[in-house]
Amino acid sequence: MTNIYTPYLAKIKKIIKETHDVKTFQLELVNPESKKKFNYQPGQFAEFSVFGVGESTFCLASTPTRPEVLECSVKKAGKVTSAIHELWEGDTVGIRGPYGNNFPVKQLKGKNLVFVGGGIGLAPLRSLINFVLDNRGDYGNICLVYGARTPGDLVYKKELEDWDKTPDFATHITVDKSAGNWKGTVGFVPVILGEVAPGAENAVAITCGPPIMIKFVVKELSELGFKAADIITTLEMKMKCGLGKCGRCNIGKVYVCKDGPVF
Amino acid sequence: MKVLTLSKKNATPFFEALKSFGKTYGPVEKGEKAYSFQPVESFSQLALDYKRTILPLKKFFYKPCQPVFHFNKDSGYQPAEEDLEEKIVLFGVHPCDINALNILDLVNSGPYVDNYYFVKRQNNLIIGISCMPDELCFCRSMSTDFAETGFDLFLSDIGDSYVVRVGTGIGDDMVNAVPDLFSPIDEESSRAYKDSSNERSAMFQRYIELSDLPEIMDLEFHSELWEKLGERCLACGSCSMICPTCNCYNIIDKLNLDQKTGERIRQWDSCLFKDFAEVSGGHNFRSKRASRVQQRYLHKQQGFVEQYGRPSCVGCGRCTMVCPAKIDIVEILHTIRGERNHRRRKSDRRR
Repeated sequence: MTNIYTPYLAKIKKIIKETHDVKTFQLELVNPESKKKFNYQPGQFAEFSVFGVGESTFCLASTPTRPEVLECSVKKAGKVTSAIHELWEGDTVGIRGPYGNNFPVKQLKGKNLVFVGGGIGLAPLRSLINFVLDNRGDYGNICLVYGARTPGDLVYKKELEDWDKTPDFATHITVDKSAGNWKGTVGFVPVILGEVAPGAENAVAITCGPPIMIKFVVKELSELGFKAADIITTLEMKMKCGLGKCGRCNIGKVYVCKDGPVF
Repeated sequence: MKVLTLSKKNATPFFEALKSFGKTYGPVEKGEKAYSFQPVESFSQLALDYKRTILPLKKFFYKPCQPVFHFNKDSGYQPAEEDLEEKIVLFGVHPCDINALNILDLVNSGPYVDNYYFVKRQNNLIIGISCMPDELCFCRSMSTDFAETGFDLFLSDIGDSYVVRVGTGIGDDMVNAVPDLFSPIDEESSRAYKDSSNERSAMFQRYIELSDLPEIMDLEFHSELWEKLGERCLACGSCSMICPTCNCYNIIDKLNLDQKTGERIRQWDSCLFKDFAEVSGGHNFRSKRASRVQQRYLHKQQGFVEQYGRPSCVGCGRCTMVCPAKIDIVEILHTIRGERNHRRRKSDRRR
């Protein structure tokens, strides 16, 4: 009997401390068979199990173009995420998925891409950004506006530096509140987005972050001339099953887990 | 569909013959004027004139607490040891409850098939029975007062005998196990069936107009009605627990005392519970009771319609029966529609 609730076993290969409360976990599926079955696209998510504690939903922050590892970035916030933060390299966890729809990587071909992220919301965008970088010829210019509360809350710092040095890739990093020796931009993401003013011509915007940020980013984008159809967002909602059954993430006719998370 | 008659005199031997098909359950009286599907040994134990059982049939296939696997820190995941293949016969199921299972089948199928539900479903046999509506039933409005599929046999009471519809091959096997007990349908039985059907039609007291209800719910999305309803509702979740189509669940891990082994459980849940849409970190997408009650109505009467083409409500009346705040779904839907008189109108008898 196939059991839709059974996770694959995965080993933690490496843990990267991103910020004081975010860690990125590099995972490798234990069974080669499950490795073959676990085919994902940027934007999809997985259910991450810790023995005896429970299961939580995380987007896959890695790209399928780099199949060596699966990566999830986890912000310590509740019971399961706290337990995940206590894991060590070499520990075994459970992974179920991939679930949900994905970024329309085919339709995005030839377009300029504007990424707007806030906090840990950069994780799903990172999957697509690295996917695009690995298929560089297929896509136009990239513009990234990324912000966090403080400089200490910025994730993927090393990658942000690398991206900044990449040709045809404009990065604009900002923080809500300066701290330490921060010499960069200070200001809310939607405001900085307005200042950067990326062109809407032949462009698609992809945004992820706190709901309130998304709200103002969408407003700003439409003022910049982006049509609703050219704005993609990926949503978070309470999820338990990831299968369109448990009812947690239902909004109207939509189940975020099954019909999203990309909208 | 093959149609026969079964004289009530033959009901007992027929019931005995069913025992070879599986463990038999049927409605029995439990407490005062309350009924429950329980294991039944003889036909005389059955309370076939029951109106509704406390819990619907989901308790058999969609158990309140269903282990989905065991885990062991050292060896990983093992399936839950449980006999999902046990054959059971449910005797005396009303059309609304049969239709509710058809709805749960929709939810549990699709690209991800929940086999903890389906293996059990495939190993059950259903013998339906006709019923007369009481003051809470509005199944006719929901088109669930009649079961077209979802049963192996369906018995319609026509006085001294039952008209028997054979719904499946196994239903036919049940008949063929004791063929002498059944007779072909005759003119008199046919007439009695129609009389009974007409009598039943006249008995429905409650009615909901379903046409364009999803659209009206959109128009009334910001109505103050939801706030008022939120003030009345106690968020106890009783309506979800006893609803034959409510299927939302939680998934929890139970760790054994050895701190190494345990099981993961799929457990009944309710969208009315405060933490239903609360995410890690404390943000709650539906922190207000009003928004949770609204979600329950929207999901069942609007979202489900868009998704599966019909509401996830069968008009069984259980939620109205158990609500401690006396919230009545029929009344609420009439208020949303802006109707004053929600008693049955003559012209509404059959949509």
